[in-house]
Amino acid sequence: MSHQNNELISSNRETQSICTNQSETNYKWYFDIKYLIVGILFGIVLIKAEVINWFRIQEMFRFQSFHMYGIIGSAVVVGLVSVWLIKKFDIRTLDGEKIVFHTKKFHKGNIYGGVLFGLGWAMTGACPGPLFAQLGSGMWVVGITILSAIFGTWVYGKFREKLPH
Amino acid sequence: MIEFIYEPWPWYVAGPLIGLVVPLLFIIGNKSFGISSSLRHICAACIPANIPFFNYEWKKERWNLFFISGILIGGVLSYFFLLDPNYAAVISPSLIIQLKEDGLQNFSGLLPIEIFSFKSLTSFPGFIMIVVGGFLIGFGTRYGGGCTSGHAILGLSTLQWPSLVATCCFMAGGIIMSNVVLPFLLKLF
Repeated sequence: MSHQNNELISSNRETQSICTNQSETNYKWYFDIKYLIVGILFGIVLIKAEVINWFRIQEMFRFQSFHMYGIIGSAVVVGLVSVWLIKKFDIRTLDGEKIVFHTKKFHKGNIYGGVLFGLGWAMTGACPGPLFAQLGSGMWVVGITILSAIFGTWVYGKFREKLPH
Repeated sequence: MIEFIYEPWPWYVAGPLIGLVVPLLFIIGNKSFGISSSLRHICAACIPANIPFFNYEWKKERWNLFFISGILIGGVLSYFFLLDPNYAAVISPSLIIQLKEDGLQNFSGLLPIEIFSFKSLTSFPGFIMIVVGGFLIGFGTRYGGGCTSGHAILGLSTLQWPSLVATCCFMAGGIIMSNVVLPFLLKLF
């Protein structure tokens, strides 16, 4: 595929705000180990904080416990402050790059897709991250849920031109 | 110390740690926190089928696949080293009453084993919850442009109003499922 073609696809993805995390730098695969390590720590937190516990998710959606609201709320506060600090002090990446914040553009899919995902979240007790943590903690049947989620993403890709956005 | 490791962590410890993933990913590699995109990269890598949506260089986004592999390994490590073998969450009594009315008996573990087992896959409600539930996660997150990490945490942290809309819709979908549909589904087991 030509370079120009790549750019076209890449800008297409950007404007449709479906996936905004794009990496331009080429580097060796072992530099990605750092993301594996962050993932491991994140997975441990998800399990230890019971974010992947089906019952906790039911409590959240039935307003029976503050736990999940506390987690998401305090995570957002810490995220907000961090992003503010990054912008305020122009904090760079380890390589000295300027940190890029991608803007999400509104489309109707945010509503329709959001509701559909919410339905699935309450059924399985997991969003995409917790699915992998559930599988890792020995719930083998969640492997089927993950395969089905991959298929769901594929079906979206197949029919996205026909869906209202 | 040992007790702290085995006990579930309170929200005020876990929430800030999850929030710190946002700046950490930015600083170590200029990456935007987001997990559901990984499902797209898996499609692009394994079954692109000439669909334009999957026709991009997924290898440039492989960090995301390393990240989810890490989550899986984190799950394994927790299971073996950090989780009490007799783990049962302290669940709100009103939830237990409701779920008992719907026929659930077992409240231990991370997931109710009466629903999430290979045996229940062959039953109608089991199929709906495991397979259709997974499908809705994959389809809905991509259609909605993100999941809890990309919209609710990163999106709100960067003050993006589409993410606020999406987060409210996640909640709306979850509230409907948990309060209206699920009681009906559970009674079918």
